[in-house]
Amino acid sequence: MPAATPTRSTLARPKLAVWKFASCDGCQLSLLDLEDELLTLPERIEVAYFLEASRAVVEGPYDLSLVEGSVTTRADVERIREVRRVSRHLVTIGACATAGGIQALRNFADVGELAAAVYPSPSYISTLETSTPIAASVPVDFELHGCPIDRHQLLEVISAFLARRRPAIPAYSVCVECKRRGNVCVMVARGTPCLGPVTHAGCGAICPGHDRGCYGCFGPMETPNPGSLSASMRDLGAETPDLIRAYRGFNAAAPAFRAAGDAHAAESEAEA
Amino acid sequence: MSTADGARRIETAALARVEGEGAMHVRIRGDEVLAVELRIYEPPRFFEALLRGRALEEAPDITARICGICPIAYQTSACQAMEDALGITVTGPLRDLRRLIYCGEWIESHALHLYLLHAPDFLGYESGFAMAADHRGIVERGLRAKKAGNRLIEVIGGRAVHPVNVRVGGFYRAPERRQLEALRPELERCRDEALATVRWCAGLDFPDLERDYELVCLRSQRAGEYPIDDGRIVSSKGIDVAPAGFDATFEERQVPHSTALHARVRERGSYLTGPMARFDLNRERLPPIAADAATEAGIGEGCSNPFRSIVVRAVEILFAFDEALRLIDRYERPDRPFVAYRTRAGIGHGVSEAPRGMLYHRYEIDDAGEIVAAWIVPPTSQNQRSIEEDLAEFVAANVRLPDDELRRRCEQTIRNYDPCISCSTHFLRLEVERE
Repeated sequence: MPAATPTRSTLARPKLAVWKFASCDGCQLSLLDLEDELLTLPERIEVAYFLEASRAVVEGPYDLSLVEGSVTTRADVERIREVRRVSRHLVTIGACATAGGIQALRNFADVGELAAAVYPSPSYISTLETSTPIAASVPVDFELHGCPIDRHQLLEVISAFLARRRPAIPAYSVCVECKRRGNVCVMVARGTPCLGPVTHAGCGAICPGHDRGCYGCFGPMETPNPGSLSASMRDLGAETPDLIRAYRGFNAAAPAFRAAGDAHAAESEAEA
Repeated sequence: MSTADGARRIETAALARVEGEGAMHVRIRGDEVLAVELRIYEPPRFFEALLRGRALEEAPDITARICGICPIAYQTSACQAMEDALGITVTGPLRDLRRLIYCGEWIESHALHLYLLHAPDFLGYESGFAMAADHRGIVERGLRAKKAGNRLIEVIGGRAVHPVNVRVGGFYRAPERRQLEALRPELERCRDEALATVRWCAGLDFPDLERDYELVCLRSQRAGEYPIDDGRIVSSKGIDVAPAGFDATFEERQVPHSTALHARVRERGSYLTGPMARFDLNRERLPPIAADAATEAGIGEGCSNPFRSIVVRAVEILFAFDEALRLIDRYERPDRPFVAYRTRAGIGHGVSEAPRGMLYHRYEIDDAGEIVAAWIVPPTSQNQRSIEEDLAEFVAANVRLPDDELRRRCEQTIRNYDPCISCSTHFLRLEVERE
């Protein structure tokens, strides 16, 4: 392979690493989905470890690590510690890495029973009882939410890192994005249950924009009030099992959603 | 490296430029290939078990999370399986929209694989980034195609990864005709460039490997239509069944070295699904622009060298741009964005052609609309056995190559399949065979 000509910028570039834990690859794909910026990115930052895109591996330590996926095996507990050790700045990307992801539904079930439902020989499956966010295992410098993350927000996180500033990622609710986009409220106008009032902004309010209620894929906003929202959703006809499922989705183990889901699950048991 | 018993071992601990986590292990003694294993070690996520008790309407969004590269495939197969269980059929402009958004996924996924993941193998680069230093125009062309595919998904689906607009019965909101019309100029430009890409791919240097696969794919029931979103399951050795016949036709087996199952044709063996199968069994259904390009590229009479799958993918990108333009031309916004249904208990089957091959879903739902059982068979688990057989043949024929070169070529052999290892493991039924 021809050697790249060293320039001033290539000499001073920080090193980027992208790591994968239990996940669908969609968040790291968001990096490759930055089609307009992808080829200029290596001018500013050295892509040192990114297995989905390159078989070349540059040794650590790394200046910026992006971590996708949740921790679900004992081996991965060790691996994330090693990743933390070789990373100066560690950013988790997506619902799996920040909240445990859809696979954290196991946290509400008996993992042995789940394994037995999928595998004839469940004893060969090596897995933990829970799916946990990266921050449960190691300190994290910044969390970028979303299932999947928004690629423009990812670009903002990388740009902010290069400029040594805090990323400008607002923590208000999807409702603010709806107003900004000019969406008619699906709850008020159509009577459609919507998690928008308790959900972290970032997607651009695309579900209400397509005439459906938000399903909470960006996780809880900064100071959510799920109790109030659940009461409104009940007024629209949602029943307890619907509310349990609403909070127990892609961010089921995020604290605010977990508390709301658990509260409704307790109601369900009381009803029974 | 040599081992104590004098055998050579070729290992790739973590496969690069594939989606998900896998490794490769090849064992050779002298000129004899002792073992070839594609190891899949992604931690299981138990999707099929977690789907139990969820509402049938949630299956498309939940199963999309099995794979961030082909969410439309998961959403489509899930929707069709549920529609089968509910006894409804999606037709007309809604079915066209489903096919159109699927074209977007074929384009973005194939373009990602062709330009950024696979082409670097043929030209000797470690990555698309490295390749771009010397072939910037080619990589930029690929990124334009990928962006156009993603844009098509975004306009219909709301976003490129895990789009939000697909639902059982159709869509939450049908796009306006003018929104699709606005995509035309870029799609036309990319169609022209896709033609150039077929020619460019045809000029690559292909390692020798000819295989006699049983090719398996869908065949559309509509005359003259190349399979994407639905059809009957057919093969080059005579299979011709409805989606409901999947279980009676194929079986899954567990091998000790992988957490993913190996699928096979019952009482016969391995098979190949994906672009080469679709092309070989349906090439007379390609529009003239794609059929002519294939002929010019030297695969007009078919293709049995897996390394040439990159040319087939290029032809399918060209087809997908052409098909998207055709579907946009005739699109009239439907009055209702979805087919209504009454919830009932039932069993349903859905199959569609993910970019990397056939994707089967089966669900059992109860009369309250809750999922009782789910079974998902993604393309990479179906291809896993063929991948290992390719590796065994390739290594046997190239056993004298130095280890580094052999390792690189073996990785390329695996990448011929555009394997999606994230997908391939989430539904495994483990059945370890021990001697």
